Amino acid sequence: MSPSLVGLVAIGAMLSCGVYLVLDRSLTRMLLGVLLISNAVNLLLLITAGPSGNPPVRGRTVLGREITADPLAQAMILTAIVITMGVAAFMLALAYRSYQLTTAEEIGRDPEDVAVAERSEDDHRDVVTERPARSPGERADLDELYDEEHET
Amino acid sequence: MSAAAILIPLPVLIPMLAAAATLIAGRRPRVQRLISLIALSAVLAVSVTLLYLADRGDTLVVQVGGWGPTDDGLGPLGISMVVDRLSALMLVVSSIVLLTVLLFAIGQGMRDGDDRQPVSIFAPTYLALAAGVSIAFLAGDLFNLFVGFEVLLAASFVLLTVGGNAARIRAGVVYVMVSMVSSMIFLTGVALVYAAAGTVNMAELAIRLDDVSPGTRSALFAVLMVAFGIKAAVFPLYAWLPDSYPTAPAPVTAVFAGLLTKVGVYAIIRAHTLLFPDVGLNPVLLVAALATMLLGIFGAIAQNDIKRLLSFTLVSHIGYMIFGVALATRLALSGAIFYAAHHIIVQTTLFLVVGLIERQGGSATLRRLGGLAAASPLLAILYLIPALNLGGIPPFSGFIGKVALLEAGAADGAVLAWMLVGGGVVTSLLTLYVMARVYAKAFWRPREEAPEGQLAMAAPTALIADGGGDVEFNARADVGRMPAGMVAPTVALIGVGLALTVAAGPIFAYSERAADQLLDRRAYVGAVLGEPS
Repeated sequence: MSPSLVGLVAIGAMLSCGVYLVLDRSLTRMLLGVLLISNAVNLLLLITAGPSGNPPVRGRTVLGREITADPLAQAMILTAIVITMGVAAFMLALAYRSYQLTTAEEIGRDPEDVAVAERSEDDHRDVVTERPARSPGERADLDELYDEEHET
Repeated sequence: MSAAAILIPLPVLIPMLAAAATLIAGRRPRVQRLISLIALSAVLAVSVTLLYLADRGDTLVVQVGGWGPTDDGLGPLGISMVVDRLSALMLVVSSIVLLTVLLFAIGQGMRDGDDRQPVSIFAPTYLALAAGVSIAFLAGDLFNLFVGFEVLLAASFVLLTVGGNAARIRAGVVYVMVSMVSSMIFLTGVALVYAAAGTVNMAELAIRLDDVSPGTRSALFAVLMVAFGIKAAVFPLYAWLPDSYPTAPAPVTAVFAGLLTKVGVYAIIRAHTLLFPDVGLNPVLLVAALATMLLGIFGAIAQNDIKRLLSFTLVSHIGYMIFGVALATRLALSGAIFYAAHHIIVQTTLFLVVGLIERQGGSATLRRLGGLAAASPLLAILYLIPALNLGGIPPFSGFIGKVALLEAGAADGAVLAWMLVGGGVVTSLLTLYVMARVYAKAFWRPREEAPEGQLAMAAPTALIADGGGDVEFNARADVGRMPAGMVAPTVALIGVGLALTVAAGPIFAYSERAADQLLDRRAYVGAVLGEPS
């Protein structure tokens, strides 16, 4: 059995849109991306299913028909859908919590990475001539550090 | 019905039912604790029995619901659960870790006062995690392995973000997204395997994939390797791990570090030996192993936070196991299996010790710690034993596993294998350097010499508490008291690590037998499909 081209093209389109969305910083878009990707993969499962065959029950007919679709693929898709739905619900809760905490549902920078970047900056302190004074608790933004380096 | 048929589903069933029971008993922390302890002890007992049964040489199989192979030559219609020596060993080690970490968490929770803990969530989720790990180790078909991964991931999402403060939510989002993407890649792999071979049962796949053209086989293997590689944190797919693990509470990080990546390693071993034994991607795996070892340990050198530092050593040492899998000889595989068991125990112990350090010193960053050896000699010993073990100092089990892997690499003799032998030695030395650096800074130097030594966190990272910001070190009320409930499980786990050293002979012989079983696929296939092997 050869799969239909239309289905494959549709899967490709959904996957690429999904990947594009996942690369965003906004959580809701990332969630939409994951949902698109998972739907694309579910379609892929459907397409890869074997040819239809005899119903597995006695008498070999279901509702008067003598062939049915491959049930295993359908079972796998169902399971995958349920799992994705659960995780999507959890991610929505995460997004809401993140929004509550920061009133912005963006992924912040990793503070330890910033600390390491700052430290390597400290080693070349003489290179950076003028640096705006910071209060002890305040940490430099990576962009800011980057800009500083290029200005001087 | 044989004893095995009753025992095999139990490591999944017991934690699942216990999770339901603890959910019902949500308002009674004592009942919850009791149920979880009994459940995980029972799982440990069952796993040890399975280990004994599996070591008699047969591969144990149960066909769920009795939907086994049919008379007219169809493969198993239902789900197969399979126990061989490898999965039995992994089950035993994981249940030991799960039980001790639960004891540690209970000790910590009792000390911190239950009113602040989301106990009603912790116990059921933890048990669901245990069930997910068991499903993954017992899975006899690829889709069931996927389900196992999802169960343990869903539980780990909750555990990682428990309490829901800003740092954990940030880390949790990264973790959830990366895990979901890897799951989607895994599912794509399952779909493609199904398209190529028309089954997802691993035993049937082992037969049918031999008929698939080599190019397609390599492609299928590569897709699955990317999915498992993300979960096992193999180069270049490891960046998420040091970013997301350290913010979680100490017991949660400990159990994640010990188990979750190793489930990925287990999946890699299974796929590589059973499904795709002769795919020509071993050089790729070897290069990935080398890069994982070196980049991981270089990352660890740069860190100040002990939890992050240990996360990087965790990544680094995954490289050793991939090294063993990629060489795929008997000695290399048994080395990898032994190393996996050793690494689960030692890495978990170290994260538990960090929990104690936070307790004792009020922080887990090297910028603040100092003078711990004088403050608590016990803690210094507790840190030193697993640290030396991880670094591969001769009498310990880490040394034995590494020697086996290095010997296997030398026996292979190829240039790439020798490079990995060199990389392995360098990584081992650098691990020792990193561990010694922590010891010198946190334990030896006086606290006054630490750059921020005068500060401490208001409260250690408990299950929910946010740390509460910085206070003067002298002003912290509960510094310097390690509750016995936290020390005892740590000591017990160190004891297990030492037992792995003392009994290294029999255990290594066992892992050699496990490797034999992995290399001879006929027994596995025969046991599942019900044909004479």
